[in-house]
Amino acid sequence: MSILVNKDTRLVVQGITGREGEFHARQMVEYGTNVVAGVTPGKGGGWVAGIPVFDTVSEAVNATEANTSITYVPARFAPDAILEAADAGIEIVVCITEGIPVLDMIRVRAHLDCVETRLLGPNCPGIITPGEAKVGIMPGHIHTPGPVGLVSRSGTLTYEVVHALTEKGLGQSTAIGIGGDPIIGTDFIDVLALFEEDPQTKQVVLIGEIGGTDEQRAAEFIARRMSKPVTAFIAGQTAPPGKRMGHAGAIIEGGEGTALEKMAALEAVGVRVAKHPAEVAELVAQLD
Amino acid sequence: MKLHEYQSKRIFAQYEVPIPQGDVAATPARARQIASRLGSRVVVKSQVLVGGRGKAGGIRLADDPDEAEEVAGTILGMKIKGLTVKKVLIDEAADIAKEIYLGIVIDRAKRRPVMMASAEGGVEIEEVARATPERIVKAAVDPFLGLQPYQGRELAFGIGLPKELVRDFVKIAQGLSEAFVGCDASLAEINPLVVTGHGNLLAVDGKMLIDDNALFRHFELAEMRDADEESPEEQEARRHGLSYVKLDGEIGCMVNGAGLAMATMDVTKLYGGEPANFLDIGGGAQADRVTVALRIILSDPNVKAVLFNIFGGITRCDEVAKGILAALEEVPTSVPMVARLAGTNEEEGRRILADAEMVTAATLAEAAEKAVLAAQGELQR
Repeated sequence: MSILVNKDTRLVVQGITGREGEFHARQMVEYGTNVVAGVTPGKGGGWVAGIPVFDTVSEAVNATEANTSITYVPARFAPDAILEAADAGIEIVVCITEGIPVLDMIRVRAHLDCVETRLLGPNCPGIITPGEAKVGIMPGHIHTPGPVGLVSRSGTLTYEVVHALTEKGLGQSTAIGIGGDPIIGTDFIDVLALFEEDPQTKQVVLIGEIGGTDEQRAAEFIARRMSKPVTAFIAGQTAPPGKRMGHAGAIIEGGEGTALEKMAALEAVGVRVAKHPAEVAELVAQLD
Repeated sequence: MKLHEYQSKRIFAQYEVPIPQGDVAATPARARQIASRLGSRVVVKSQVLVGGRGKAGGIRLADDPDEAEEVAGTILGMKIKGLTVKKVLIDEAADIAKEIYLGIVIDRAKRRPVMMASAEGGVEIEEVARATPERIVKAAVDPFLGLQPYQGRELAFGIGLPKELVRDFVKIAQGLSEAFVGCDASLAEINPLVVTGHGNLLAVDGKMLIDDNALFRHFELAEMRDADEESPEEQEARRHGLSYVKLDGEIGCMVNGAGLAMATMDVTKLYGGEPANFLDIGGGAQADRVTVALRIILSDPNVKAVLFNIFGGITRCDEVAKGILAALEEVPTSVPMVARLAGTNEEEGRRILADAEMVTAATLAEAAEKAVLAAQGELQR
């Protein structure tokens, strides 16, 4: 078992004829992901890396029964791409794109709240169930199947932790990047709930960062609903207030969203909080 | 992106929010002209992108055009929190009976814009939120419907506004909300919104922050950017698509990925150093980007050592190592460098750097420790 993506994932790549889209489509195929279709408006009928290209997501779904999409389209077109996938009945949309205006995402999210489609991201590295499906831009080979579920707002910091886990022989059930934007489709709580129900996942790693209160709400959820142990790391203890640290969502505003308050909230509910990234794998190993 | 007070208020006026008569001046002579045209007592307000202008002496009253010219002469060229005043706003002085607060921001947890009103105007809303949070009344704005009249009324009655002002207040609240959405703002604030002696509402001060990611559809706003908002290094970084924030420490950090960059700063601190910057060079770590990033880091005279922390994923560490060496050839320096490469082909990457006599480390902790020693001049190669 695992969560959200697996052997049954049938993936459509939105923006497959772009440089990024084509590169990562090939990488995902190489990893073993079942990539069934690509979409680029106006390029329908063509092929990329042995994958048929369609003009619309709807056509791709009708022809290939795609159930998951990944989108690399530029920020100004990404909200449209997400909504197109949702309207075509795609179950899980992974949006890699960085730089979507916040108010666009508020409208997209408000619409998605009324339909069945789940959005991961935007501004995220995607999701991987090691050995089954990679729907994202992460390096697949550093992952290995196992019992640790991982959820993170970051990209390379997640790879760093995954790499350390794998080197210690600690495999992952599913590793998910939920994205570094202020408004995202799936948050910590959604993923924690899925991990709690997943029989393969024995413990969970949560990687947060400054900005917002998602980690604090995760802590409340952990206290009320989680039986599986959680280990966390929060990036940005040295970040100054009022400055955006790369991610659009990584900013301490009005004194709210500091690393210290997040760490304290998590520790208060029994989550083991690592002081530096390498300590995460050590803490996980103690429980294995 | 931050807008100046005069820019924000002009936008508010387009959305039918009443603002004082006034105009901006870059010279004392122009200030006099504006004051004499207004023909009343005026307030001369420095236009700089920082708070605390009043306390710094950057906001002063003038009774007549002579005094306006004189006051503008003192304020123009003045430094407030390191920023030089280049423009002053000359506004008709308001007859203030009462000050209230009205603002709108993105509430991340609610995933909606949220309008806030408070009877405590003229002070920072964060201060009110800390001391007397019960005095702030809020209304979440539906992204498709906008702020509804009933929400405006709830805010007005919630802050105890006299009932004869409610209708005007609702119009202002809706105008501010429309300005926020129309400009893709992340903050739009009227502080204070004053009740005048004649019983009118007037937006005496205004502030807006615009979502940088939405500037592609707001050319007129993009042109309002004041270069002083960012340091020259931050501007240079933005031009090259790098994310850079200058800090006060001595260890320059160059990292791929925002989360890892923050973690690198944290570990540097954990080992007794202070990070000199946040810098995300993005994926790949190609030579040209590393070169620009290195120039920016080294332009800070406080930097005593540079720490590279690169996780090689799809881009292999040996390629990253070659990129770093190419960049070092372009930017000769005597500042010591410590490189930590992890991920794909990490040993090969480290060997390439070690062969070039660069200090390398296997873990982030080791790299931070070495960088701190290097900054103190105590690291042996």
